[in-house]
Amino acid sequence: MMMGIGKIKAGCAVAIRELTKEYYPIVAVAPTSVDVASGGFFAIIGPSGSGKSTLLGILAGYVQPTAGRVEVNGKDILSEPMYRRNIGMVFQNYALFPHMTVAENIAFPLKMRGLQKSEVTERVRHSLAMVRLEQYRDRKPGMLSGGQQQRVALARAAIYQPSLLLMDEPLGALDKNLRDEMQEEIKRFQQELGITVIYVTHDQQEAAFLADRIGIMKDGAMVQIGTPRELYERPTSRFVAGFLGEASVFAITGLSAGSEASATIEGGLSMRINPANAARGGKYVCIRPENVMIGQEAARLPNVYEGVITESLYTAGSVRYRITAPAGQSLVSRALPHTGFQLYETGRTVKFGWSPDDVCVIN
Amino acid sequence: MGGHLEKRRSRGLNGHLWLLLPAAFLILPFFVWPSVLIIGKSFSGDTGPLEQYRIVFASPGIRTVMAYTFYVSAVVTGITLVIGYPVAFVVTHLPKKIAAICVALIFLPFWVSTVIRTFAWMIILARKGPLNESLLAIGILSQPLRLLDNGVGMILAMVYIQIPFMVIPLINTMRTIDPSYMRAAAILGANPFWQIVRVYFPLSLPGAMVGSILVFISSLGFFVTPSLLGGSRTMLSILINQQASRLLNWPLASALATVALVLTAALFLIYKMVRRAAATSGGIA
Repeated sequence: MMMGIGKIKAGCAVAIRELTKEYYPIVAVAPTSVDVASGGFFAIIGPSGSGKSTLLGILAGYVQPTAGRVEVNGKDILSEPMYRRNIGMVFQNYALFPHMTVAENIAFPLKMRGLQKSEVTERVRHSLAMVRLEQYRDRKPGMLSGGQQQRVALARAAIYQPSLLLMDEPLGALDKNLRDEMQEEIKRFQQELGITVIYVTHDQQEAAFLADRIGIMKDGAMVQIGTPRELYERPTSRFVAGFLGEASVFAITGLSAGSEASATIEGGLSMRINPANAARGGKYVCIRPENVMIGQEAARLPNVYEGVITESLYTAGSVRYRITAPAGQSLVSRALPHTGFQLYETGRTVKFGWSPDDVCVIN
Repeated sequence: MGGHLEKRRSRGLNGHLWLLLPAAFLILPFFVWPSVLIIGKSFSGDTGPLEQYRIVFASPGIRTVMAYTFYVSAVVTGITLVIGYPVAFVVTHLPKKIAAICVALIFLPFWVSTVIRTFAWMIILARKGPLNESLLAIGILSQPLRLLDNGVGMILAMVYIQIPFMVIPLINTMRTIDPSYMRAAAILGANPFWQIVRVYFPLSLPGAMVGSILVFISSLGFFVTPSLLGGSRTMLSILINQQASRLLNWPLASALATVALVLTAALFLIYKMVRRAAATSGGIA
């Protein structure tokens, strides 16, 4: 059953089919289907209470689903008890056993699998080296820092080459700098092992950094699944547009399709939009801040308007403007300051605009 | 920040030490002073200050009583732990409201005095009592069991009285065990047996230790139950009572009481040291 030491590029493909959890009358997870490729990194993001942790609990086995299937490499895992699923999990609080040393924690899953003592020792040594914790092997988890505990949890969850690694907001308890560092580490770890990961977080930047595909959950339903770029550039709903990054969103009052497609928004402002986007239809338009040009750059665009800068904020590496159009629409623009860059002050009247291709029509 | 809080807490305590005065007024004259008198009295004798202790340790009879007292306390503690542990486990994992009812039920026997409960056991365990009669009626027994004069009934009744003192600390500790430890054990491949043995039990040990110490120490001093159900063999408390009130040998009674006190204190210190060792090695605090 067990494979030898060393790298294996053997993540398993995961297929989640119509997975449902109801706590009558509440639907914690609406019928959800997701495919994760072998070796893929799938992040689930959503606000708290959106059902993402419940979904993870079903995969791990401590939450019983109402309906649905989960297949790992084509084999249904839901009928298996937790301890026979061969899934790894990093818990939000790490759940390192406080009465065992670091080495004992990491050895635990191997001992449970009845491995020989010499092989356990060898693999624990290898695993400790991989997370650079050799000198902490005999410490108890209580004496480690948050980041070190995190690495122990990671090592423990991966040492038995699980078919799937689940991570439940593993960086939630760490401070900003450590979080960035651990993100790098998790990514390196995952790529080195080629393991399939399903990762729950409420931090969209973390998800975009780590995952190759992201699912966004809201009220128990997976509202959109895609690569970080797809989700950011082509959100299908107002919720996704607002959840992933910043966006200026306006209600559509009139939409005309065809080659000269255009949309009119609240306040009577009208804009040209990409015909393909118009054909999709929707209730709102969404424009990302970096697509809103100001000054000369705006002048040559089909959609160009005049407005007043009502807020000008220079932060390290980027400038964020709030522009208010005469009809009252307020939108956000972001620019990257470069040499010779002109900073517009609050109160200044400017031309602003965007390309028809940069207007998303969403629900 | 921690240091700051610490400072504030201790200053607050210093300012409010007078709150301990009522307790001090009660404990100093009615507990500490009599204890001092008894310890003092234990060092009196015709042949020297250690005469009583020489008698205590030289007399085979007294040694037997002491050994028996420790033996009974240990057996009672062991049985209480074995019975109390699953009870505590189940109660801890019941829904909150039902658990509260269960805890109330565990405390229910305290509403009846120990003397009455011990008499009840005398009746239940008697040669012609309900237990023997019903076992005979079903046919499990062909002869009534002897339960009252050989210590079995006493141990049974003591276990019954002591169970809450084991169960309550166990529940308190078990409630602090984060359910994610068991989940982690399960997902890491431990079946329910190993989840309990390797993870749950070690984490519940502090509660088991507190309960065992409570039960063991209070069992050493049990008086009512051993005198009513103990039969021919004598526990330490009965011996002390005999020496003091029947034979009026206060010095010997005092020496016996002092030895019991010292042994109990020693046990408690050992327990504390074990706890501290466990805590500083980074484990369960």
